[in-house]
Amino acid sequence: MSRSKSLAVKYLAAAVLLFGVMTLAGLASAVYYINPDFLFGFVPFNVAKILHIDTMIIWLLMGFMGAVYWFLPEEFGCEPAGIWAAEILFWVFVAAVLAVAAIFVFVQWGPGTETTLWLFQQGRKYVEAPRWAAIGVALVMLVFAWNVVGTALKARRITGVMAVMSVNMVPLVLLYLIAFPKIDNMAVDLYWWWWLVHLWVEATWEILIGCIMALAMMKLLGTSRRIVEGWLYVEVALVLGTGILGLGHHYFWIGTPDYWLGIGGFFSALEPLPLLGMVVHAVYDAGVHRMKTSNQPAFYWTLAEAFGNFLGGGVFGFMITLPQLNLFAHGTQWTVSHGHFAFWGAYACGVLSVCYIALQEQRRLVTVNGSGWVWAFVLLNGGLIGMVGSLLVAGMAQAFFERAIGGSTLEAFIAGQENPWFMLGMYSRFGFGLMFAAGYLTLAWNLSALGRRQVAAVPQPMPAE
Amino acid sequence: MPFDDPAFWRAGAISTTVVMSIVLAMLTIDSLEAIAPGGSHVPPYTVINRHIDYAHNAKLGRDMPTIGQDEPLFGRAVEAPEAAALIERGKLVIQSRACIDCHTFMGNGAYYGPDLTKAWLDPAWEAWAAITGAESREEAMVRFLMAPDQYATWQRRMPNLGISRDEAVATVAYLKWLASIDTNGFPIHFGRIKVSE
Repeated sequence: MSRSKSLAVKYLAAAVLLFGVMTLAGLASAVYYINPDFLFGFVPFNVAKILHIDTMIIWLLMGFMGAVYWFLPEEFGCEPAGIWAAEILFWVFVAAVLAVAAIFVFVQWGPGTETTLWLFQQGRKYVEAPRWAAIGVALVMLVFAWNVVGTALKARRITGVMAVMSVNMVPLVLLYLIAFPKIDNMAVDLYWWWWLVHLWVEATWEILIGCIMALAMMKLLGTSRRIVEGWLYVEVALVLGTGILGLGHHYFWIGTPDYWLGIGGFFSALEPLPLLGMVVHAVYDAGVHRMKTSNQPAFYWTLAEAFGNFLGGGVFGFMITLPQLNLFAHGTQWTVSHGHFAFWGAYACGVLSVCYIALQEQRRLVTVNGSGWVWAFVLLNGGLIGMVGSLLVAGMAQAFFERAIGGSTLEAFIAGQENPWFMLGMYSRFGFGLMFAAGYLTLAWNLSALGRRQVAAVPQPMPAE
Repeated sequence: MPFDDPAFWRAGAISTTVVMSIVLAMLTIDSLEAIAPGGSHVPPYTVINRHIDYAHNAKLGRDMPTIGQDEPLFGRAVEAPEAAALIERGKLVIQSRACIDCHTFMGNGAYYGPDLTKAWLDPAWEAWAAITGAESREEAMVRFLMAPDQYATWQRRMPNLGISRDEAVATVAYLKWLASIDTNGFPIHFGRIKVSE
C-alpha cells in the first residue's frame, strides 16, 4: 500500500474514533436537558457541548483528509508531494486534539485575558480551541493544500475533479484564519464568524465532499469521468451561486442592514437546488447500475449522503430560512434539528462511505457485505432521524411558546423549556441518541472486524510510485 | 454549446462564483460600515451612559432599540476610551468563559441558557435586585455573575466561573451596549408580554 493510502487509513481510523467521542459528548449534553444536575460541578454543559461540536468538526475534517489522501495516488499515479510532512503532522494533529480535549475537561476556563485565548480557549462556537492549537490546524491545512496542489504540479497533469479540489484549497486555508482574531464588536465578530462557519464549513467543505463523492462514484459504480465532472461543475455553480449570498440568512438579526433579509432569504431558499441535483444524480447512477456494486455499505452510505444532504441541508434548512419564520425559529432547538440532519447528511455519510471503500482495498476483499453494516446503517440513520424529529418537536414548541408568545425573556425561556412538548422532545432525543450510539458501536465493530475471516483476494493494482 | 460538455458547466461555475463573490465583497464593505460602533445600526460604546429601551416601531413594523436620557452605569458616566476598555474587557470575559456554549447572542450559540441579546432589558432583573439585595439592575447583574451558584434560577444552574467584580462590571457594560444594537426586530416583542399573567 502506498504511503498516502497508509496515511489515509490512519486519518480515517482517527476520524471514526473521534466520531465516538462526539457521540458520547452529545449524549452527555442531551442528559443535561433531562437532568440538569448531571455532572454539574465537574463537567458543565458548555464543556460537554464544546466537546460535542468540536470533535464533530475535527472528525469530519480528518475524514475528508483521509479520503483525499486515499484517492490522491489513484488520480495522479504517484505519491503526494510532501507526504513526509503530512505523515509527521498527522501525529502532531492527534497530539494537539488530545491536549485540547484535556484542557477543555480539566481547565475549562481562564481569566478574561488574551492569555486565556492563547492557552486555554477562545470561546467562539466551533473554534473554541486555543490559538496555539488553531495555529496547528492552520499548519495542517496548509500542508494538506500543498499535498494536493503540489502533487498536481509534480505529476504535470490534472483531472477536472482534482482541479476543483486544488482551487478549493485556497479558501479552505484562508477562511480558517478567521478562527484567530478577538473582535470586541459582537456584530462584526459574528459577521466574520459566519464566513468561517458558512463559507468554510458549508461551502468549501461542500465542494470538497462533492469532489470526494465524485471519486467514490467512479470507484463504486464505474461512472464515467465525463459525467461525474459535468455534475461536479453543476454542483459547484449551484452551491456557490446560491450559497455565497445565501450566507445572508445568517445576517438577519446580528445588527446588519435589513437588505440582508431579502438577499439572504432569496438565495438561501435556492440552496436546496444543488442538493436536489445530487439526489437525481445518485438515483440515476444507482438505477443505471441496477444497484449492483462489490461494496454494498459504501454504496448505501453514498445514497444516504445524497438523500441526507437534500433532506437535512435542503428541506430542513428551507423550513427555517425565510426571515418571516426565522424570526421565531432562530436560536431554538428547531435550528439544532436542521444542524444535526444537515451535518449528518452532507458530510458524515460521505466519510463513512469512503471508510468502507478504503477498507475493501486495505483488506483485499472481493466484495464487502454481510449483516453487520446493515445493523449499523439502520441504527445510525434511524437514531439520527429520530433525534432530528424529536428536536423539531421541541424546537417548534420553543419557537411558539418562548419566541412568539413569550417574547424571549428569561421567564419566557423557562416557560418554553418546561413546556411538556419541549420536554417530550428532549426525552425522545435522548432515547434516539442511545439508538444512534448503539449504531456507532456496531459500526466500529463492523469496520474493525469486517473481512478478517474472509479469504484474501488478489489486491487491486497499486499506483505507480 | 452542448449541455453535456463539462467545459460548458465549468465556465458556468467559474463565472457564477466570481460574480457572487464580487457582490458579497461590495455588500460586506457596506455592512461593515453600518455595524461599526457609531454606524447606522450599532451605537457607539458610550451608549452605556444612556437609558436604553426596546419598543415597537409602527412605521417600520418591527421592534427597535430606543436611546433615551442620561443613565450612566453605576451612576458614573464614562468617556469614550474607558467605555471602549470596558467593552474590550467584557468581550474577553464572554470568550474566556465560553458563554456562547450555553447562551446565545443575537440567537447564535448554544441553547441551554437564555438568549442574551436583550438581557440588559429583562424584566426579571427587578426581582433579582431584591433577591441579591442590590439597589440597581446593574448591581444585581454583577452580584449574580460573581456568584451564580448562590442564586439558583431554576432547575438549570449557572456554574460559578470565578468572575471577579471588575470582570462582572465589564460584562454588564457589554450586555447594556449589546441591547442597544438594532437587530432588525429580533427578538420580537421582548419584554412586552408577561408569561405568568
